[in-house]
Amino acid sequence: MMPARAAEHPESMKIRLNGEEREVTENLTVAELVGELGLSPRQVAVEVNRELVPRSERDTARLSEGDEIEMVTLVGGG
Amino acid sequence: MTEAREYLADEPLIIGELALGSRLLVGTGKYETFEQTAEALAISGTECVTVAVRRVNLDAAKGPSLLDHIDRQRYHVLPNTAGCFDAESAIRTAVLARDVLDTRLVKLEVLGDEKTLLPDPVGTLEAAKELVAQDFDVLVYCSDDPRMCVHLAEAGVKSVMPAGSPIGSGQGVLNPNAIRIILELVDGLPVIVDAGVGTASDVCAAMELGVGGVLLNTAVANATEPLRMAEAMKQACFAGRQAYLAGRIPAKLYANASSPMEGRIAGAAR
Repeated sequence: MMPARAAEHPESMKIRLNGEEREVTENLTVAELVGELGLSPRQVAVEVNRELVPRSERDTARLSEGDEIEMVTLVGGG
Repeated sequence: MTEAREYLADEPLIIGELALGSRLLVGTGKYETFEQTAEALAISGTECVTVAVRRVNLDAAKGPSLLDHIDRQRYHVLPNTAGCFDAESAIRTAVLARDVLDTRLVKLEVLGDEKTLLPDPVGTLEAAKELVAQDFDVLVYCSDDPRMCVHLAEAGVKSVMPAGSPIGSGQGVLNPNAIRIILELVDGLPVIVDAGVGTASDVCAAMELGVGGVLLNTAVANATEPLRMAEAMKQACFAGRQAYLAGRIPAKLYANASSPMEGRIAGAAR
């Protein structure tokens, strides 16, 4: 039987997000990560381990322990 | 608007699939507020604005965003790869920007070092080839080296963007002859003077050379009155373009009187 606390406290994993270590829920999708951070999905792009995760694949792309993620947006520039 | 008068007729600046009515391209960096950015862009008359790609600020994720202040119905948004010092980072940055903006456009920059911000020609050419292969419309920042511009043109970029002088230096176009030679050698490919503009006369002088357009940012954003400078740049770009189309008189060493020499009253001859 699954321990009761597993459902309430899903396992967490460590990722690196924009160069900083971060604990997130295991098996989180890229779309869920963007949502948890309170970001507008249309204003960001996401790389996992140096490969773009296209916007259309964010719902299905799941993160794994140790993934290195770059999440960018657009800022003022010349 | 004076632009509507028939004798001032001009063609749009064509860059790949873009047709720009204004030949001024304006950057969005260094303004005091997003509101000021939006106002300066509107006053400048530009139809194409540049943006940079940076990591999201996770501490201020819900704060205001530049994209909320740029009307994409009004402006084509040209993402840059500023701050990249190697081809690989520039390519990754372009790919990320394309995913946010759903655009083929990229202003490629591969820089050599942080002090000069001069383009690295080897990395620039390498990245340009790869981005063209990945179906980007590449506008490429480069130095005012005519042979480099030929290499880039042959690589299939949609525009070469030679620097008039170093980025943000405000020195204007230091070597107009290099720009003239580039215009000849790239044979119709749009040449946009990018970087180095300090004031309105720099834009005007660049346009008088016959370049397709001018890209600027700091000269407006860091002017004491950015909005007034945005207007000045708009008028300078228009004036320079019209002077180019009008065809200037050749510069000569000696005078050529505007008033007739015949019919003068008697006096001492020289």
